[in-house]
Amino acid sequence: MNGSELAKAVIDGVLTGGVYALMAAGLTLIFGVMEIINIAQGVMVILGAYLSYTLQVHAGIDPFLGLFITIPVMFLIGVAIEWGFIRRLATRDRTALSILATFAVAIVIEGLLTQFYSADLRTIDAWYVDRSWHVLGFYLPYIYLFGFALAVVLLGALYLFVYRTRTGYSIRASMQNRTGAELIGIDINRVSAITFGIGSAATAAGGMVYGATNTFNPDSGYDLISRLLVIVVLGGLGSIGGALVAAVLALVIEDVTAVLWSPVWSSTMFFAVLVLVLLFRPTGLFGQRAVRAQ
Amino acid sequence: MADAPAERKLADDEVRSGADPLAAPAVRRAGRAVAVVALLCAIGFPFVFTNPATTSIAFFTLLYVGAASAWNLFSGYSGYMALGNAVFYGSGAYFIANITNHLNLTGGVGIFVWVPVAGLFAGLVAVPVGWLALRTRRHTFVVVTIAIFFIFQLLAYNLQSITNGSAGMELPLPPWTAATYNNYFYAAALVVAVIAIALSWAVRRSHFGLQLLAIRDDEDRALGLGVRTARVKLTAFVLGAFVTGMCGAVYAYYLGSVYPPFAFEAIFDLTVALMAFLGGLGTVSGPVVGALLLEPLQQWLTLQFTAAGLSLILFGALFLLVIGFLPQGIVPSLEVLLRRLLRRRAR
Repeated sequence: MNGSELAKAVIDGVLTGGVYALMAAGLTLIFGVMEIINIAQGVMVILGAYLSYTLQVHAGIDPFLGLFITIPVMFLIGVAIEWGFIRRLATRDRTALSILATFAVAIVIEGLLTQFYSADLRTIDAWYVDRSWHVLGFYLPYIYLFGFALAVVLLGALYLFVYRTRTGYSIRASMQNRTGAELIGIDINRVSAITFGIGSAATAAGGMVYGATNTFNPDSGYDLISRLLVIVVLGGLGSIGGALVAAVLALVIEDVTAVLWSPVWSSTMFFAVLVLVLLFRPTGLFGQRAVRAQ
Repeated sequence: MADAPAERKLADDEVRSGADPLAAPAVRRAGRAVAVVALLCAIGFPFVFTNPATTSIAFFTLLYVGAASAWNLFSGYSGYMALGNAVFYGSGAYFIANITNHLNLTGGVGIFVWVPVAGLFAGLVAVPVGWLALRTRRHTFVVVTIAIFFIFQLLAYNLQSITNGSAGMELPLPPWTAATYNNYFYAAALVVAVIAIALSWAVRRSHFGLQLLAIRDDEDRALGLGVRTARVKLTAFVLGAFVTGMCGAVYAYYLGSVYPPFAFEAIFDLTVALMAFLGGLGTVSGPVVGALLLEPLQQWLTLQFTAAGLSLILFGALFLLVIGFLPQGIVPSLEVLLRRLLRRRAR
């Protein structure tokens, strides 16, 4: 172990953390507005990866250019899921029911993917996937850099949308007080559908980068959703900024653990961080609302 | 669906005013008779159906009756959705694998003596896990239990000295023939299931059970009224873990080996929750009904549609139908129906 290995682990953690932040931002935004936990977010990332994969293999479209197709497609899928399964949930035990409903949606998506693509492991391939940028003695894979840049751009766009547009105001009003927002004339159904669509659209981009940096099959969604859930709780449920910090923090800790201790224990540390933080801060790092009192 | 809460409220009011037709002695007697008949059927089952393929499905069904009741005992009554019960299932499985290997036990009925001990071990594991997870509430609690589940699964891979990692562990092979093999495990699963139901029933009727329900309805108010919420929640959590651990131990002995992905299975976490939801959350019979319907169906779907994707799609679609049309579960919906019928007859 030496200093440059450690620095490389931190850089890798930050770069991959950016992509996880994007996926987690969608999840935490959905929770903040709708008070539901979208268990399907993990398998939707994998669906996004398969969409990019298919466009590239069958139509020869570069994965990054393909996002102009996959992002709107995932947005529409998200709107459809919200309309079809979330909106109709009974109001009593809504959060608990949403976990089961979105899990069922996840199972159906996993089944469809298994049916179409089989359980074989795939990966997205392009010139920037296996080439690295040699800088300051580090080899940084281009895909990590491009993926990070993409995440920053999209998170910036999300920020502008949520904080600078009329629909964004409605979304934030609904996050702060759902009933109050309804009373001042905000169409909560429309806001919910858009929010779920945006949360899903984030998985298209996240899935493309995930698919290029990992091998995946329809089963990969479970590992992803558990990590995403840890990130959003670590950051404080409903806090987008918290999710960003938590994603980078958790992935840096995972990568540093691999260098300092052993790669075997790096995933365990990822989850252990949450347990340690919750020991001292049951609301997560940036929990704005008193989660304990919910 | 829209009038379901109103219906429920109406039903609650009737219970309060003592006019609930379901509380009539005749109905209660009928309920008890159904329970006795069901138990007799369960005992007689392996004598009628001797095909190992059938008794294997029956064994798994009973195992899930126990596991779903155990889940309901904590989550159904307290309203805290725990999605990490596989932690205790796996703990029970690894405990019995370790103890039989260390003591060099030979296969046979004697091994079943260690099943309750495995349950106690799982209960012991549940004390720190529950203490930690129950510091949080509602949604955060759900996620914390999922995180703890993954920590345990990873530990099962990494703690080579205890679990032998991904190579797994072998349990002693029982000396029974293929024709009778399932029957011993069926009997063991039946005993565990009966213990689970009896515990669930006893808790539901006790002062302790009422405290749990009070926590479900309004935790802060329950605390204000003098319920020691932390202690009550943890006790129920540990009780559920005890039963789940026993289920895991029987499962491990049945398979004859333990591997991390089978002992700590994410699907298990959700299956028990789905069973309790399907049957009716927070009722004694709900998880039983849910497991009796769902486990055979799931096994049948897997056998019928060898294409893994198709059985997943059907299972998920069924799941969505249940949530959409029976959000309260089968047992409470039947109760509403029965109440209406009895009231009409009384008029």
